[in-house]
Amino acid sequence: MSTTIIEAKANLDNALNAEGRQIPLSSVQITDYDHRQTVGKITVDNPKMICRDVNVYYTGKQALKHVSIDIGANEVIAFIGPSGCGKSTFLRCLNRMNDTIPFCQVIGEIKLDQDDIYDKSIDVVQLRARVGMVFQKPNPFPKSIYENVAYGPRIHGMVDGKAEMDELVRASLERAGLLKEVENRLSEPGTSLSGGQQQRLCIARAIAVNPEVILMDEPCSALDPIATAKIEELIDELRENYTIVIVTHSMQQAARVSQRTAYFHLGDLIEIGETDQIFTNPKHKLTEDYITGRFG
Amino acid sequence: MNKVISSPDPLQRNIKTIVNASLPRRHAAERRFRWYGLIAVSLGLAFVVLMFGNIISKGYPAFWQTYIQVPIQFDPAVIDPQGNRDPQALQSADYAALVRAGMRRMFPAVEGRLELRALYGLVSSDGALELQNRVLQNPELIGAEQEIWLLASANVDTLIKGNIERSLDETERPIKDNQIGWVDQLQAAGQIEKQFNTILFSSGDSREPEQAGIRGALMGSFYTLLITFLLSFPIGVATAVYLEEFAPKNRWTDLIEVNINNLAAVPSIVFGLLGLAVFINFFGLPRSAPLVGGLVLSLMTLPVIIIAGRAALTSVPPSIREAALGVGASKLQMVGHHVLPLAMPGMLTGSIIGMARALGESAPLLMIGMVAFIVDVPKSFTDPATVLPVQIFLWSDLPERAFVERTSAAIMVLLAFMIVMNGLAIILRKRFERRW
Repeated sequence: MSTTIIEAKANLDNALNAEGRQIPLSSVQITDYDHRQTVGKITVDNPKMICRDVNVYYTGKQALKHVSIDIGANEVIAFIGPSGCGKSTFLRCLNRMNDTIPFCQVIGEIKLDQDDIYDKSIDVVQLRARVGMVFQKPNPFPKSIYENVAYGPRIHGMVDGKAEMDELVRASLERAGLLKEVENRLSEPGTSLSGGQQQRLCIARAIAVNPEVILMDEPCSALDPIATAKIEELIDELRENYTIVIVTHSMQQAARVSQRTAYFHLGDLIEIGETDQIFTNPKHKLTEDYITGRFG
Repeated sequence: MNKVISSPDPLQRNIKTIVNASLPRRHAAERRFRWYGLIAVSLGLAFVVLMFGNIISKGYPAFWQTYIQVPIQFDPAVIDPQGNRDPQALQSADYAALVRAGMRRMFPAVEGRLELRALYGLVSSDGALELQNRVLQNPELIGAEQEIWLLASANVDTLIKGNIERSLDETERPIKDNQIGWVDQLQAAGQIEKQFNTILFSSGDSREPEQAGIRGALMGSFYTLLITFLLSFPIGVATAVYLEEFAPKNRWTDLIEVNINNLAAVPSIVFGLLGLAVFINFFGLPRSAPLVGGLVLSLMTLPVIIIAGRAALTSVPPSIREAALGVGASKLQMVGHHVLPLAMPGMLTGSIIGMARALGESAPLLMIGMVAFIVDVPKSFTDPATVLPVQIFLWSDLPERAFVERTSAAIMVLLAFMIVMNGLAIILRKRFERRW
């Protein structure tokens, strides 16, 4: 199952060259630093995504060390940890958003259902349609609310005709809990909404392409408490249909919305477990220090 | 309180007193700076006003041209001796003789070859062409007699506009005493009139100032810039998009970037030499043609558009790119649907700057022969032509007084051309600009 670093590097080298990316991987010295063993059970019964031995390097500097974790279907899993611990980096590995960063190398194995997402045969376009993303700062397109939601389905050719698109847009906004507020102004710019509404618009945009997994990178860090509460409520509802991975700085948020929580520290996945257990009975010293507020 | 300022321990000093003491100095500095700014702006404005004032006051008279009313008898014996209205014959008839006859009828007292020649010199040689046109359009005129406004010669025009010193000695001015006398007589009789100068806009260059127009140069500029825009805008935008969004970051792209930046700073005449060597000598394209001019100016404008385009692309927020990629847009879709529309206003601004520079450029065009004396108005991209700045350069070099005002008039038209072009670009930019 676990590929060695050298093999993985060679594979990735080939893959990247085939893709036309000119990063001279062979010229970058890769050092495999010591890493800490993960505490807790990384596997789940019905995994949606399986990650094994994931390492991320930025120009040779190791940002993520041998992270192995399963993400269960229809669960909300929270990644917590101090700044710079690699939780966002790991999240962005899950839909290959790291591809856009030059000199970033991902080594290891990440599977979505049965497909290795870093395999040559998988196109990122397909992957990102299946694994949607919501970003830290609400980033609606400078287009109308309608166009924001319709964009994904349109480029993928998901629907036939205007009527179907209308229905899909309304259904997505409904699911994102935004329909009532914007029903009568779908043609207004998405950027005219409030911050919380914009973020829900971004969620509507993500679910409009009917993804299997939704990644959320600190989705509430730019929002006020009321808007945050609405998003958290929404996350809970979305769990029925989607698998959600959320990175958060707020431990309360992790405790409120997630079923499992993973604690990252300096590129290591320190501990993973049921959210209740992590917050009430952490097994690792670092986890305990972090959630009791001794640092971070 | 004052003593607190000089306390040895800085933390013991009173901040309020210290700040208050320094406020006058800070305010004075601010006031001073505001004055510097005002002085700089007014100085700049003063020069603009001076320049425009000078050009407009010099060029304004060129829009009016002096005409002399001459009684013309369309003598059938001169125009159509055979009497069969053969267009060939009508074409080649001696209309200048009609003009001369008309002039003699106005001043029957004038005699002698030199005197008569001076008299005929009051009207432009354009008069004969004017009569020919009239007859060809309407052969009914033959045999009739009409008072016709004929274009006055440049010297008469200059005299009427007050640009010839009457007190000078006769030998020192281009118009003689007897001619001045006739002009005064005509003026007194109301047979001299200034009319709007349509020739300036309808004809090409000429050795006779009164017949010289800027239409040739205007059309030359238009064709040249059209080529320049059609080539440099799409290529520039495509290059900027490729370099910024798709090209791998390596030694080669670094080299290309350095070279593009250098090209933007290359003196324009070098591009002219390049055009001469490559387009004309190697590819054998025609000399003096707007096609070659446009190619040369495209080379010159490209780096400007590329650099501005890349800057515009970089300024598109990364969050928009991530948003597009996040819903599964391919790279080209991300660029085409989101990045490029947002960068378009900036790219258009860069193109305006580049095109404005191309419009005012003369040096590289001298190299490819667009400096020739061309009377015909160009009708295609390969006809010999010149452009407005070169026309200005050519006219400014001519000795006739009447060309001075035409030079300024051409500058005014060039500026108007530029304003229209920039206005168009601003409208386009506004249309692309999304405020949200």
